[in-house]
Amino acid sequence: MARVIVDVMLKPEILDPQGQAIARALPRLGFSGVAAVRQGKRFELEVEGPADDAALAEVRKMAETLLANTVIEDYTVRVEE
Amino acid sequence: MSAARVGVVTFPGTLDDQDAARAVHLVGAQAVPLWHADHDLKGVDAVFLPGGFSYGDYLRCGAISRFAPIMEELVPAAGAGLPVIGTCNGFQILCEAHLLPGALTRNASLHYVCRDQRVRIEQTATAWTNAFDQGQEIVLPVKHGEGRYVASDETLAALEAGGHVVVRYVGGNPNGSLNDIAGIRNEAGNVVGLMPHPEHAVEELVGAPSTDGLGFFTSILKNLVDA
Repeated sequence: MARVIVDVMLKPEILDPQGQAIARALPRLGFSGVAAVRQGKRFELEVEGPADDAALAEVRKMAETLLANTVIEDYTVRVEE
Repeated sequence: MSAARVGVVTFPGTLDDQDAARAVHLVGAQAVPLWHADHDLKGVDAVFLPGGFSYGDYLRCGAISRFAPIMEELVPAAGAGLPVIGTCNGFQILCEAHLLPGALTRNASLHYVCRDQRVRIEQTATAWTNAFDQGQEIVLPVKHGEGRYVASDETLAALEAGGHVVVRYVGGNPNGSLNDIAGIRNEAGNVVGLMPHPEHAVEELVGAPSTDGLGFFTSILKNLVDA
């Protein structure tokens, strides 16, 4: 078994009001020095067998098909060591 | 002539299917219930995708519904010219299914907005808006948390240039939608999606802000009779 991580983020040009709300909340809580926040989704996929090229290609297909809406979101795929 | 048959799809979590069916009935057409798990459009003349929270809006609004068995039938049928309209969650499903360009994202205010909204009919050359006058302003209810229409600059420019913006918010934008877009159509004009709810504005008795929504239903009837 291997764990593959898919991170999904709104594309940079898409407004992220949730991230903005978090950024505004931080100073109220006494945290300083954060210029901006973007919020995204992280998927942890437990794949059967090794995380080889074929498995990762399959995960990328899952990301394209379901996990991300590529009209508004970018995704990255990596294997967790 | 037998009555036009308009299919109304119910997914798990759909809310507005009964109102849509009633609106179809009010204009003299026959509402045909369609079930998300069936591979069967029952030979309907047009399809209404109602609002709600299909599949709990899990992952993204409309993301799971897009793969429902009924959609495997609907997507090619819409591509072949079957008139389809999606309101609210139905609009989100049409975008996820790539029957319409762009996507609907969280309201800029982060608040769920429920109010009577003035909108302008920008395009009457669709299966669902031909009973309106070009530029006519009407009032429809909106009720959504994720209705901010977004698309790439190129897509947006193409929508505007091609006259594919069908409905636009006036007198205040409820969700931060780009170009105040409330609804759009596909290239052929048979597929229309909008966030406001025509099916909630068809009867004075229930305290609706108007009966302006009826125009969408008389449009499809006119379209089917003329065809």
